[in-house]
Parts: sequence; C-alpha cells; structure tokens
Amino acid sequence: MSSIPLPAESAVPIGRLKFNRLRNVKERGIEALMFLAAFVSVMTTLGIVYVLVSESIVFFQRVPLSDFLFDTQWTPLFDDAHYGIMVLLSGTITSSAVALLVAIPLGTIIAIYLSEFAPFTVREVAKPFLELLGGVPTIIYGYFALVVVTPLLQMIYPDLPGFNLLAAGIVMGIMIIPYVASLSEDAMRAVPMSLREGSYAMGATRLQTALRVVMPAATSGIASAYILGISRAVGETMILAVAAGMQPNLTFNPAEPGATVTSYIVQVALGDLPHGSIGYQTIFAAGLMLMLMTLVFNLLGYYMRKKFREVY
Amino acid sequence: MNQQELQALRELIASHKRWDWLFGLLGVFALMIGVLTFTALFANMAIDGIGRIDADFLTSFPSRRAANAGILSAWVGSLLVMLVTAFAAVPIGVAAGVYLEEYAPKNWLTDIIEINISNLAGVPSIIYGLLALGLFVYTFGLGQSILTAGLTLALLILPVVIVATREAIRAIPQIIREGSYACGATTWQTVRDHIVPYSSAGILTGIIIGMARAIGETAPIITIGALTFIAFLPPAPFAGEPPAGMFDWLFAPFTVMPIQMFNWTSRPEAAFAVNAAAAGFLLVLMTLAMNGLAIWLRYRLRKSIKW
Repeated sequence: MSSIPLPAESAVPIGRLKFNRLRNVKERGIEALMFLAAFVSVMTTLGIVYVLVSESIVFFQRVPLSDFLFDTQWTPLFDDAHYGIMVLLSGTITSSAVALLVAIPLGTIIAIYLSEFAPFTVREVAKPFLELLGGVPTIIYGYFALVVVTPLLQMIYPDLPGFNLLAAGIVMGIMIIPYVASLSEDAMRAVPMSLREGSYAMGATRLQTALRVVMPAATSGIASAYILGISRAVGETMILAVAAGMQPNLTFNPAEPGATVTSYIVQVALGDLPHGSIGYQTIFAAGLMLMLMTLVFNLLGYYMRKKFREVY
Repeated sequence: MNQQELQALRELIASHKRWDWLFGLLGVFALMIGVLTFTALFANMAIDGIGRIDADFLTSFPSRRAANAGILSAWVGSLLVMLVTAFAAVPIGVAAGVYLEEYAPKNWLTDIIEINISNLAGVPSIIYGLLALGLFVYTFGLGQSILTAGLTLALLILPVVIVATREAIRAIPQIIREGSYACGATTWQTVRDHIVPYSSAGILTGIIIGMARAIGETAPIITIGALTFIAFLPPAPFAGEPPAGMFDWLFAPFTVMPIQMFNWTSRPEAAFAVNAAAAGFLLVLMTLAMNGLAIWLRYRLRKSIKW
C-alpha cells in the first residue's frame, strides 16, 4: 500500500499543541476573573439589602411597625422617644415636590427646545454645558442655597427662616434639570423623522409638531426621565442637610425648616452615638425606607424605558 | 375662497407662528436660568473665596480660628481616597464592562447583572454610606479609614465606569474582532490587543467623569463617620517599614475637601463661611476641570475616529 509520504518535520509541532491546551486553561481563568468583576454589582446589591434588613430587624424588635408608620413625632434621641417616620417623609415629600415643580417644567421646555427648535450650534454648546451643571458637587449647591438663594427669597418673603425647605427644594430642582432635560431629549430624538415630516407636511408649525406629535410619541421615555428625576430628588442629601436645617418637622409647608430621611441619616452620623444603640439603628430603618422608595421609582423608570425602546 | 376667509386664515397662520416664536424664546429663557444659576454659583464662590486662597490656606491644618484654618489635611485626604478609589474602580469596572460585552452568554445571570448595574446607578449615594458603615466598618473591621472611604466611592462610581466601558466597546466594529479571530487569536488576546486599546479613550472619559463625581461626594463619607477635625496627615503612602508598614496610610483617619467645606458651612461665624467659599471654589474648579477634560476628550474622539 502506497502512502502519501509525510513531511519529515510534522507540520503541527506537538509542543505547540500542548501549549494550546494550557492557553485554554488561561482563557477560562481570565473569563472567570472577569465574571467575578461583573458580579461585584450583584454583591453590592446583596450587601445593601443585607445591611439594611439585618440592622432594621434589630430596630423593629424594639419599635413596633405601627409606631414607625403612624406616630406623628420623630424624637429618637430624646428621653421620650418617638419613631414616626412620617415626620421625615413629610420633609422628603415637600422638598421633592418643590424640586419637581422647578425641574419638570424647565427640564421639559429645555428638552423640547434642544430637540425641536435649537440650531445645531446651540445644541452643541448647551448639551455639554448641562452636563457640567450636573457634575457640580451637591455640597456646593447646598452652600449656594443657604448663602445666595435663601437671602434672595427673604427679600420677597421676609418671614422666611434662614433654614427652609423652599430654597433647598428650588436649588435641588435646578440640580435635577440636566437629568430630566437630557433624558427627555434623548427620548424625543428617538422619535422617527418621518412622524415629524408627516406633521410638517400637514402644515403644522414646530410647536404643534413638538407638542402633539413628538411628545405623545416619546411619552414613556419622558415619563421615565421624570421618574428618575423624582428618584434623584428623594435621595438627595447634602443640599437638604446644609440648607433645610435638620429639625424634624411634620409639615408640608416649604417655607419651614425640616429634616428629610436623608438629612436625618447625616445628622446621626455626625454625632457620636454608640454603634448598637437604638438611636443608631434608626438610620438603618430610615435607609431601608429610602431604599424601598427609590427602588420603586427606579424599577418603574426601567420598565418605562424598556417599553419605550420597543415602540420603534 | 372669499376675501374674508383668506383674511381669517392668514390671521390663524400668523398667530401660530407667533406661538412658535414665543416658545423658542421660552426655550432660550429656560436655558438661561441654568446658565445664570451656574454663573451666580461660580461667581459668588469666587468673590467670597478667592481672596482666602493662598499658600497658607493650602498648607495649614483646620483650626478653631478661621483666619488660621487651611485645607492641608482635606486635600491630602481627598488625594489618598481618590487613589484607593481609582485602584479599585478602574480594574473592576473595565473588567466588568469587557465581560458583559465580549464574554457574557445570553442567559438569566447576565440579565440579572445588567439590571443590577442600572439599578445601582440610581441608588442614592447615602445608601452606599450605610452599606459601608454596616459592612466595611463593622463587619470587616476596616474602621473609619481611607481604605473604607476609597472602597465606598469605588462601588459608587462602578456603574459609571462600566457603562462608559460598554459604550466605548460597542462602538468598535465587528470586523476588528473577526479579523483577530481569523488570525487565530483567543478571546483574551483579542480583548488585550484590540478591544481595550481601541476603546481606551472612551473608557478614560468614563473614568474621569466617575472620579469627578467621587471627589465631590459628601454624604457617604459622612455616613461612615469620617472625622471633620483632623489636624495631622496620614502616613505617606508606601513609605513605612515594608511589608506591613507600607500600608499604614490605608487605615489612617482622614478628612476630605467636601467634608471640610460642610464643616465650615455649618458654623455660624461669617469668617468660616469665607473659608467654606474658598474650599468650595477649589472643589468646583477641580470637578469642572475634570468634567471639561472628559467632554473635550469625547469631542476629540467623535471627530477623529472614523471606523
């Protein structure tokens, strides 16, 4: 039987093949390492849930849930201790409402303007500028609210106290504008050009097209921008800690000082309560409350965004 | 069409055009509110603070007398915390981004990781502070140290770095990968020699934005219980007796710029408000410079790279 003569040197050196096997092991190892890096995010979430829940359980063993939800006083550091989270929530709701009253109209107008009206050069300058505005540390905004905005408001409304939810809320609203504006603008720009062309062909003006064609088509994206804005407002800390005073106050009047869930946590962390005391555990219960609120808003926003992606 | 109807129609068109014009004006006005606020914020801080910034301010420790107080321990603390944050967040963030784009199979685990990252991006920063307090400070026993603060901020900016990495990698066309695989390269070789180098500018942009955010974060660092009055410096990094002494600095107590500013803001005396303005001015300048650099980098990138 005649065979095809093999070349004297094997075309595939055996040593190389062995090396290749090692190479696969190395590949797997690297992939596993990278997976671990990606898994850090899951570990972070689990860590947050673990810390908040385990510390809150200690708290709720000492304070019944009904007191936590329905008591109208929040005085955990006094001898006559009351733990009514409602008091802190009222501060959070009031300041967030003021912030949203500022951020949603202005953010939406800016988004419509940049998406439908502005010439190319204006947009090229305005978008990075908005991004810069969003990058300013919140402590700086807090200082601004305390030192500039409150005195300005006091000129109009002399009875305003030096610490108040109004100034903090307004500045917080300005801080949120970039988020609302840029997310809403993205949603509007994702609306296909053909819809606008159809509208223009019917003789509609820019404003009519923007309000009656583009905005309805981008509703879910805009809604998700608003929801993320709310979530920002609820979680904002330093502006309120600096400018709103930190006295718990069950009020929905923005012209009063008040504490929020976030600024209360800062207040306790600044003091020197021993770890394990009931006063200390309150910040984890407050944190759990905050986490649940923002989680609801984030999931709602995520769901909205997903829905809006599917439309086109 | 008679003259009257034509007249009515013209009026209607004119009024619609007027509304259009008015809205354009409103848009410019809304943008101006943002610009004005920013200018007022910057100018106010500059006017109040700039006279206070001199060599003494940068080289003095905080003091009970406002005129002698400085930010030496604050800026050194910020620098060291940022060092830890960068060392932790950059490798983990980039690796996670590369994994999700180049390695991850399409399954439920990947979905969970992705949902997690987008959810973490929306978690308030103070919650990270509580996480660090419960986990790093008490469970792991790292104390209220530079290491704890650095790791906390690293977790905080991780989503920013991951998202930026993924976007930069997604911009690389598929043919680059195919070319590399066709030459017999493994996934890791493709990632190391092509994917990461080509996306490095985009990744760098994300890292800078993340670090700019970390440098101004106050709430999580207050929550872990960082002290505000620190009149000494932590040991110099890597200068102590090796091997153990080299890492003494990681476990030192510290303060950072935004905490120092918060401390001065919360005092009633006017002289301390001037100090706060000065520290705030430097802080704004730093974050603006970093964000500006990132925006400029991205702009350059968009213009120069055409695949």
